[in-house]
Amino acid sequence: MTKATAAIVGSGNIGTDLMYKLLRSELIEPRWMIGVEADSPGLKRADSAGLIASAEGVEWLLAQEERPDIVFEATSAYVHKANAPRYEALGIRAVDLTPAAVGPAVVPAVNLGAHLDAPNVSLITCGGQATIPVVHAVSRVTEVSYAEIVASVASPSAGPGTRANIDEFTRTTGRGIETIGGAGRGKAIIILNPAEPPMLMQDTVFCAIPADADRDAIAASIRDVVGAVASYVPGYRLRAEPQFDDPTPVSGGLARVAVFLEVEGAGDFLPPYSGNLDIMTAAATKVGEGLARRALSERS
Amino acid sequence: MPYSADLDIRVTDSSLRDGSHAKQHQFTVEHVRSVVAALDDAGVPVIEVTHGDGLGGSSFNYGFSHTPEQELIKAAVATATRAKIAFLMLPGLGIQDDIREAADNGASICRIATHCTEADISIQHFGLARELGLETVGFLMMAHSRPPEVLARQARIMADAGCECVYVVDSAGALIMEQTSDRVAALVAELGSDAQVGFHGHENLGLGVANSILAVRAGALQIDGSTRRFGAGAGNTPVEAFAAAVERLGIRTGIDTIKIIDAAEDVVRPIMDGECLLDRMALTMGYTGVYSSFLKHADRQAKKYGVPGAEILLEAGRRKLVGGQEDQLIEIAVALAAKK
Repeated sequence: MTKATAAIVGSGNIGTDLMYKLLRSELIEPRWMIGVEADSPGLKRADSAGLIASAEGVEWLLAQEERPDIVFEATSAYVHKANAPRYEALGIRAVDLTPAAVGPAVVPAVNLGAHLDAPNVSLITCGGQATIPVVHAVSRVTEVSYAEIVASVASPSAGPGTRANIDEFTRTTGRGIETIGGAGRGKAIIILNPAEPPMLMQDTVFCAIPADADRDAIAASIRDVVGAVASYVPGYRLRAEPQFDDPTPVSGGLARVAVFLEVEGAGDFLPPYSGNLDIMTAAATKVGEGLARRALSERS
Repeated sequence: MPYSADLDIRVTDSSLRDGSHAKQHQFTVEHVRSVVAALDDAGVPVIEVTHGDGLGGSSFNYGFSHTPEQELIKAAVATATRAKIAFLMLPGLGIQDDIREAADNGASICRIATHCTEADISIQHFGLARELGLETVGFLMMAHSRPPEVLARQARIMADAGCECVYVVDSAGALIMEQTSDRVAALVAELGSDAQVGFHGHENLGLGVANSILAVRAGALQIDGSTRRFGAGAGNTPVEAFAAAVERLGIRTGIDTIKIIDAAEDVVRPIMDGECLLDRMALTMGYTGVYSSFLKHADRQAKKYGVPGAEILLEAGRRKLVGGQEDQLIEIAVALAAKK
């Protein structure tokens, strides 16, 4: 079967992990790995995996006679903002793994089919990919006036980009909780924990719910959506049953449900504790396959 | 070198920020006015006012504020005649817009806290604070968990980002005597004249005053305390006891010892829900190195799930939780309840 072709722009840890996932895809052929440093280990790995590896950046890629159907960008928000219009001008679909938020946001378990025609789709943040499905699971059952997520990440899996602009994570995730999760107001918190051995990524989702909401229906909806995410992120799971609380003075007078999640990475390239990175590359693969299916059907 | 011509060291009172934990974030404008007026009159040079977990802390995870913290900051600024008003923020929770708002509301000292290995997440926030003309302080939290040389390297990151005083923050109240002064000395040696060094203590091993005095002897120029120990865990270094002790040692703080003793008894104590005690829970935190702010959260989950609060804290220590991971205490309580 013919596959859609893809280039990975950004040959760092995330780009490399994504390459191994795409190499298993039945719909996408990763053909190019693009970096900017000749001695990048990611480029060497790509070369030995049979990809065309270039250290000459996006300039080189876009100057080739044959261009990819899809670009996966794992550089930085700054670089992606500059590259996005160039991909679009050439009709290359872009899946954005940076927090640039150029295109509409996609969380596969919630709105995979919604933006198949957009030139550029954003994967928000790792915390967003892990928690927005749960906010959505609650908001499709009852009104969620406010939702809050706490993402705890092992220090070694938080890269320099995240560290240099941590506000970008909290803002972008908070917005996604509202626009895709369906909460009236969203708030995101990220904690870096340096414990050794490194902790698995852990995410907690708090949703405000009406005091008389159907708690069994909420719990069932949460379990469903966790299963849906686990179908493309195998290490995604609940650590405890959803916990319900009645309103108290310190809860701002709100009843709530609390959901405790854990994300263990598949270990394709990155260590299993960095579930935060694995969920991004897994979501990128899932979204890319949606785009590939569309591109292939248009072609035939 | 003294702090200034008039002061050997500068004391910051954190009753209205660290005390917010003990008060479960239920401070009102009236509380703030009365405490700021009394501390200001006693000559306390800096008063910190914020949600216990810093700007943006009002949340499910840390507890919602009774009154928005920016309103409390405004009230403090309006009340103080001499004291500067400081606020705390934790990158990853608060954001730069929160700093701008606090500055607009008249606060003049921006204190930015990270876990003691994660200083590089504060760089953009120090940059903004300096741009806004705020005085800057950096907090290296859970300082007991890393050796002096690691803390010194992290302090360098903050100083290079624009931090004017880096604090060794004993969030768990677990540092003992020379463990405090060794850390302070390492920061002083690293920072030289680039930034000052401070110490923020907790009473979970009953050592707040002693540790603070050793910090001063090791070169700390700024010391935190909370009047009547009004803070998380067993509370902070009591400002009134620290002021009395260092006065006897000939160290100038500018604080009127009799006035601060009166303020502790007549103004601060009445607004506390209870004394901050060195009880089983607080001592467990100091002994095992657990973040002091977990106390009230562990208490609440212990009651809800019918499990011992001290066991929740012990498990938090085993999991090496850091400040901000209050959500995990719920999951620990659920797991303990399931085992019963």
